[in-house]
Amino acid sequence: MIAAILGVDWQTLANAVGLGSVYALMAVGIGLVFGVLRLVNFAYGQLVMAGAFALALSSDWGWPLWAGIVLCFAVVIALSLLMDRIVFRPLRGHSPAVMLVATFAVAFLLQSIALLWFGALGKIATSLAFLNQPVTIGGVDIRKITFVSTGTAAVCLVALVLLLNRTNVGLHMRAAAMDFQTARLLGVRANRVIAAAVLISGVLAAIVAVMLTVQTPLVTPDFALRDTIVVLAGVVVGGMNRLVSATLGGFAIGFASGLLGGALPTDQSQYLPSFLFAAVILVLLIRPGGLFSRTGQSAVERV
Amino acid sequence: MRAAVVQLLGPVVLVVAAALLGTLVSHSTETYFINALVNVAIVVALYLFIGNSGVLSFGHISFVALGAWTAGVLSVPASEKPAIMPHLAGFLQDTTVGNVPSLAVAAAVGGVYALLFGLPLMRLSGLAAGIATFALLEITHNVLRYWEKIGPGVTTFSAVPETTGLVQAAAAAAIAVVVAWAYQHSRFGRLLRATREDPAAARAVGVSVYRQRLVAFVLSGALAGFAGALYVHLLPLNTETVYLDLTFITLAMLVIGGATSLWGAVVGALAVSGVDSFLAEAENGVHVAGWTLDFPAGTRVVVVGALMALVLILRPSGLTGGRELAFPRRTRI
Repeated sequence: MIAAILGVDWQTLANAVGLGSVYALMAVGIGLVFGVLRLVNFAYGQLVMAGAFALALSSDWGWPLWAGIVLCFAVVIALSLLMDRIVFRPLRGHSPAVMLVATFAVAFLLQSIALLWFGALGKIATSLAFLNQPVTIGGVDIRKITFVSTGTAAVCLVALVLLLNRTNVGLHMRAAAMDFQTARLLGVRANRVIAAAVLISGVLAAIVAVMLTVQTPLVTPDFALRDTIVVLAGVVVGGMNRLVSATLGGFAIGFASGLLGGALPTDQSQYLPSFLFAAVILVLLIRPGGLFSRTGQSAVERV
Repeated sequence: MRAAVVQLLGPVVLVVAAALLGTLVSHSTETYFINALVNVAIVVALYLFIGNSGVLSFGHISFVALGAWTAGVLSVPASEKPAIMPHLAGFLQDTTVGNVPSLAVAAAVGGVYALLFGLPLMRLSGLAAGIATFALLEITHNVLRYWEKIGPGVTTFSAVPETTGLVQAAAAAAIAVVVAWAYQHSRFGRLLRATREDPAAARAVGVSVYRQRLVAFVLSGALAGFAGALYVHLLPLNTETVYLDLTFITLAMLVIGGATSLWGAVVGALAVSGVDSFLAEAENGVHVAGWTLDFPAGTRVVVVGALMALVLILRPSGLTGGRELAFPRRTRI
């Protein structure tokens, strides 16, 4: 019924939901770090890229699937903690512009290292390809990965909500996201809470790496770069100030691009990015604070 | 007054010095110098808006791209147009202009395009402005890539007369510097800098943040279009040349030099271009003071990326600290 209203078939709708869930996870990863550090991590996509290369290499070496996934998690988590220690910590408290350009530089650096190491043609991760096989439900073919990614995203989000609301670390993180200075004055340890946020965002990046390599088995140095750009747009459109609105924004833009990609005729689908980003501009003009942010929160500083 | 003159002379002297150095080297190395001077023009255009307003824009390379498209389409010889761009719209197929007019038209088109998008976008600030200008870049790139009525589409722009030599590049970079200097010492520039320092206070004394930002956006859009025209007259471009990589590298040049000063913009553009060109040569083997450097291909981007990250981490306000050039004053006792 929903599919009929939107004028697309069920497969497109399922793919859109799948893409939306992966993007929602990326949005959480970016939003968590932004919450505590006020830093937009443009290099997030390169974390995912590193994880994808870990998967591709391990399938090259003939490792079993579980070992590949373990390697992927280890690489991504190590890299994100390293990034925090080497790049984010010295830049803490600087202007957002400087921090954003610094993460650009890191993204550029990681991408060129990957280029030097693996070449522009990239590697192919085959170990998870079986998830691309379809399951038939009521006459509709839906790929297994759609269920896996939607399910994983749901589990991750529930776990995160529990973590944020039911544990001490979560409380600290929420406090730090609200007002870092005051939280520190009240005894929240800055390094620990930031490390926790970076760690969780790294875990999410590793999960996203696994999901994305199923959809795009060819891993190149610019893997996940486009996705990061789209998710960043989605996060800002949703509203960066709250994790919930950022996540919804990420889901919405993934869902919208999946839907538009399936619904537009082929001679127009080459202009898909134009439609998508025109919509982004439109939403930002109408609601600069974010589509899902609470009303009444003015972004303008008052004296 | 004296300080203002020094602020103009410093960057201009640097541009002239780079050009003079370019005349001394071999023909193949000369291209690096021309490229560096075109980079100066682009980064100064970025500076005019970003430096004076404090608003980050990722969209300026779309003006560069549009300027390159305008100048390129207009200056390809009419006899060669049907072969390169078979779907070109009628009036573009018949019109061919020379080098200097193509630069002027590109600047005008860049300015008008910036006005068109600036009218809605300049109401935004902070992250929303950053993402909205990024969206502008995406839209422009996407349209230029697939709309073959206005250009070569995905194929590379060939047969554009390569008229950007050392003299033209240096003159153009100097023009960009003079425009940026004149702007920042004008009433508009000072008002915009006031809104950068304290938007609320500037508003309170009656400055329209929106209008001042729009003026700067249009002016820097025109400069960026102009720089794009220089670029297309220098080497064969395609849509990927004027997209993400150029956005990152020019923004990095601006921030590494020091985003809040014209001096910083010029220093950053020349310093990063210099290191980049040196490493590009070193990949082919280069002799420095009796040593032979021979790096494997691909080291260039890695080293430039690492240097960029390092400068930003160790010196976040840039090499110049974001200050204009000034001679040390004698202190009075």
